Amino acid sequence: MSATLVRPARRRSLALDQLLIVLALLVCWQGAYAYAGSSAITSPFATVAYAISMLEQGWFWSNVGATALAFVSSLAIASLLGVLAGLGLGLWRFAGDVTEPVLAALYTIPKVTLYPLILLLFGLGLSAKVAFGVIHGVIPVTLFTLAAVKGLPPVLLRSARAMRLSPRQTLLHVLAPAVLPEIFTGLRVGFSLTLLGVLIGEMFASQKGMGFLILNGINLHNVKLTTAVVLIVVVTAILANAGLLAADKRLRRQR
Amino acid sequence: MADALAGAAALPGAAAPAAHASLRGVTRVYPGAAPVHALGPIDLDLARGEFFSVVGPSGCGKSTLIDVQAGLAAPSAGEVMFEGKPVAGKVPDGIGVVFQEDASFPWLTVTDNIAFGLRRAGVDPAEVRRRVEYAIGFMGLRDFARAYPVQLSGGMRQRVCIARTLVLQPRLILLDEPFGALDQQTRLLMGDELLRLWRETRATVLLITHALDEAAMLSDRVGAMSARPGRFVDLLKTGWPRERDSSLVAEAGFGAITARLWSHLRAESLKAMGGAPP
Ligand SMILES: Nc1ncnc2c1ncn2[C@@H]1O[C@H](COP(=O)(O)OP(=O)(O)OP(=O)(O)O)[C@@H](O)[C@H]1O
Ligand SMILES: [Mg+2]
Repeated sequence: MSATLVRPARRRSLALDQLLIVLALLVCWQGAYAYAGSSAITSPFATVAYAISMLEQGWFWSNVGATALAFVSSLAIASLLGVLAGLGLGLWRFAGDVTEPVLAALYTIPKVTLYPLILLLFGLGLSAKVAFGVIHGVIPVTLFTLAAVKGLPPVLLRSARAMRLSPRQTLLHVLAPAVLPEIFTGLRVGFSLTLLGVLIGEMFASQKGMGFLILNGINLHNVKLTTAVVLIVVVTAILANAGLLAADKRLRRQR
Repeated sequence: MADALAGAAALPGAAAPAAHASLRGVTRVYPGAAPVHALGPIDLDLARGEFFSVVGPSGCGKSTLIDVQAGLAAPSAGEVMFEGKPVAGKVPDGIGVVFQEDASFPWLTVTDNIAFGLRRAGVDPAEVRRRVEYAIGFMGLRDFARAYPVQLSGGMRQRVCIARTLVLQPRLILLDEPFGALDQQTRLLMGDELLRLWRETRATVLLITHALDEAAMLSDRVGAMSARPGRFVDLLKTGWPRERDSSLVAEAGFGAITARLWSHLRAESLKAMGGAPP
């Protein structure tokens, strides 16, 4: 009863907060524009207008396609590698204890230092972009999965043994559902970072994609292009993240 | 009526006089930089259909005893038997364990939690439904059949775990402080229910409890354990009839049993807490 009374009010205030944040960002943007002038950034209105006009261009969509392909490949590889590594390390406790601090340290080093190496290994093009995406995304997915397995209450696995579950049943019916919400959070974080990695990869190692468009706009002093592409990327990322966050909350609701 | 949970009666080979479950010279030492001698040496024979309770000071090795008897942990020395076969490496068919900690699966409803083991064992769905429905009623969870554990109190979650084990119809039930999270009234009522279940299923019960009155009221025999490493300092026969319930607390003999248990426990608990008995 009280929950149904409280909820709409809370939802309304949340929506209001979000609106305020968007407004504040727009004000900052307009402020930056007023300060730096049209040689660095375009005004919100001009940008949105240009972004919408871009949506009708074939070249724009072929760049979106290039980024999407690289991103989906990176995310798939980063998720698979990260979940497998996290599960493996988590179940094999000793290895997990040894590698976790190493991974955490690895994660904090600026990945920019790896770029020359990756360019040497993969050359320019799709595989380099994917590699950039994967090195950004795989470690957080691994760390979240590892934490999920390590945080699993031992009594759940003991229950599985007491009920005489086979290893396969334990994996499928106890381990997987128990760690799923945590892993999903890891994938959500990995999602954002993989996208970041792919965009950076496109700036350094590609002639195509959204990252390339941004850098291209900067090089050609095409401020309109750069700002509009950044806007589209940011809005897409925010929407995707909001969707994933909502799914994340749903998964956790029973906990 | 309680046939939905009754399994032990149909067991073959029950004629042998050998113990249903037994520990022979069992010790358990947790290895490590500073090894912890948690248990034993212990000898224990549980007769088929016996209700045996263990009381002992905190940390004396009671949960370890359950782990070893269940096959969840290997003894460091000695021999563990169940139904004439050594217990080694895994939990034998016919043993059910209720753990001290909350072991309900948070991603499953009460109904699905209770049905979990049956489904994994490939029991026919109609039979699963029958047993689960009976257990839900038996455990007083009817109004929460579709609730998730997070929506339940600690005591209710523990009841879910008890039900989840009982529907598997174990012939030896190991219960590690199952009523620890319950208030005194519910605890007494659950004790009555457990006695009823024990009579109807003819299962052997090994119950760990920290409540002396509970041990005295429920059991055929009570073992009082020493401070760690746990050993039996007393094995006490209560002499109650098989038909019994919580009204026993008014019996003259009842006070004598709890008094005797307490005399052991007081000394051992003081030791466990680092003091000396006066
Ligand atoms: N995994 C472990 N590694 C090392 N020592 C352990 C481990 N599990 C238990 N112990 C130690 O073994 C002893 C007995 O533990 P156990 O859990 O069997 O006690 P208990 O009688 O069940 O205690 P309580 O009444 O508090 O539940 C304790 O001193 C404990 O510290
Ligand atoms: Mg214990």
